[in-house]
Amino acid sequence: MSSKAPGAVNAPAVDEPPELIRAIPLPHYGRWATVAVLVVLAAMAVHGLVTNENYHWDLVFPMLFTYEIGRAIGWTLILTVAAMTIGIILAVTLAVMRRSANPVMRAVATFYIWFFRGTPIYTQLIFWGLIGVLYPRLSLGIPFGPEFFSFRTYDVFTAGVSAILGLGLNEAAYLAEIVRSGLGSVDKGQEEAAQALGMRPRSILFRIVLPQAMRVIVPPTGNETISMLKTTSLVTAVPFTLELTKVATDYGSQTLLPIPFLVVAGIWYLVITSILMFFQSKLEAYYGRGDSTTPGRLSLRGRRRQRTSRQAAINAAHTTPAATAAEWTP
Amino acid sequence: MAMVEVHDVHKFYGDLHVLKGVSLHVERGQVCTILGPSGSGKSTLLRCVNVLEEIQSGSITVDGTLMGYAKDDHGRLHELRPRQLAAQRSRIGMVFQRFNLFPHMSALGNVMAAPVRVAGRPKEEAKEQAMELLERVGLADRAHHFPAQLSGGQQQRVAIARALAMEPDLMLFDEPTSALDPELVGEVLAVMQDLAASGMTMMVVTHEMGFAREVSDVAVFMDEGVIVESGSPAELFDNPQQDRTREFLQKVLSHTE
Ligand SMILES: Nc1ncnc2c1ncn2[C@@H]1O[C@H](COP(=O)(O)OP(=O)(O)O)[C@@H](O)[C@H]1O
Ligand SMILES: [Mg+2]
Repeated sequence: MSSKAPGAVNAPAVDEPPELIRAIPLPHYGRWATVAVLVVLAAMAVHGLVTNENYHWDLVFPMLFTYEIGRAIGWTLILTVAAMTIGIILAVTLAVMRRSANPVMRAVATFYIWFFRGTPIYTQLIFWGLIGVLYPRLSLGIPFGPEFFSFRTYDVFTAGVSAILGLGLNEAAYLAEIVRSGLGSVDKGQEEAAQALGMRPRSILFRIVLPQAMRVIVPPTGNETISMLKTTSLVTAVPFTLELTKVATDYGSQTLLPIPFLVVAGIWYLVITSILMFFQSKLEAYYGRGDSTTPGRLSLRGRRRQRTSRQAAINAAHTTPAATAAEWTP
Repeated sequence: MAMVEVHDVHKFYGDLHVLKGVSLHVERGQVCTILGPSGSGKSTLLRCVNVLEEIQSGSITVDGTLMGYAKDDHGRLHELRPRQLAAQRSRIGMVFQRFNLFPHMSALGNVMAAPVRVAGRPKEEAKEQAMELLERVGLADRAHHFPAQLSGGQQQRVAIARALAMEPDLMLFDEPTSALDPELVGEVLAVMQDLAASGMTMMVVTHEMGFAREVSDVAVFMDEGVIVESGSPAELFDNPQQDRTREFLQKVLSHTE
């Protein structure tokens, strides 16, 4: 016991366990008071909902699972997914155009975003619905030259197609800004290193820059998807009449009982939003997690694990700004 | 013909005249170190050689190929397509001060990236070659680590392996050890010394005077966008002709020794 490190006051004996701190926890009176108030308020709200005859709960529950409502939910989901798909593909294109060295590309993309963000989506949807009135026939060919084929506009731009295009093209303008900020968040040195290796611009975008930008792009895109779910209710402007809100309000006016049907629609929107939020939080965890997995453990736990650690590596490299506080420690 | 011929190169960033008529030859297999104070245009010169920047006057040829432009029969210069620029860059390896490894790829993935994506080699073959290169920089056992799991010195060695993967004719190093903790500098310099011994043509911007003196064939001192003085390292270090060179060497040497 004579070997005492210089500066060490009193080296503890090895066999003696350290005395643990047993502090008395802080009392949380405020929390308990808040809980009490909330319980009372919630009870009042529930009581009000259940006892109010005008909600017609007896109608709500059977209506939740009817075929017609199910089909309307299906259409709402189709509109959401299709519009987001178009939006995302177009948004990446627009974001790349805005970063292009070609001034024409930049101008076109800027104009697109200016136009679609600058006019109300409701108005745009009405226009998509009227496109067949504006242009009764559309044709593909060379201007002033031969026509390859032509068609009646309404044969192609059905209400469903118009609704999806209207939503998707509008969404692209918003997503383009999200993608652009994501691409901008990646360290310039990444692109340079790839250029120095002789990679072509397309490889650099899809293999180097975009994967690192995902961390910044994914969370707001999840938000946009949830927002899109509810924006689909505006396609009555086209008019497209098969989605959830329209179907529910139609039943409401037929039966002269609008409230129970709106409650049905509301419940389903909440359910789908909850599911989307669940996936969003999973995605965010995947793209934002800090994890110092060692390669040894990594190979044991397989592919999923490796992806997590890959993202951790991106985070740790600080080429994208931290969206969530980095828990990663080397 | 020299491997690198830089002839009267001028480079502007807007109104800022950064390179003011730089001329320089590096013979095949030679190591040329470039010294000079911060802001003198050393990085810019390397980036011009690799056409990461375009030059406004003069010419640069590497292994007989005019860099950045194509000359037609009438002697007029034409801009190159992105694909052609990429092809020119793939013949030159570059190592950066801040490593710039791809953080979403393992060490192996970093080294394989260019052979697979640029040269279109089959994955298995590229992997084998990448493992050999990692072995060469002493990191075969770190192949599956991500950059964030490696020390600075290890990252820079992976970066060197990555640059070597395209089998370049010329390697450019821009202060490869400046971002490293002092105890990690040696391992990177050792890899570079091996590379020089194997006959690689190298242009190295560095403040490591020991390396410059021992390994390089030519040392160049740059200041304010011009080459003030150049010669064998012995000449330049022991008998500098210019006051500016002498001043700079005094400052740097008093720091390191
Ligand atoms: N992308 C750029 N835009 C504008 N000025 C730059 C850029 N890169 C470098 N410079 C300027 O060019 C000069 C030379 O820079 P650099 O070549 O990095 O010097 P060194 O590597 O010798 O320290 C500096 O004055 C620097 O500010
Ligand atoms: Mg520099």
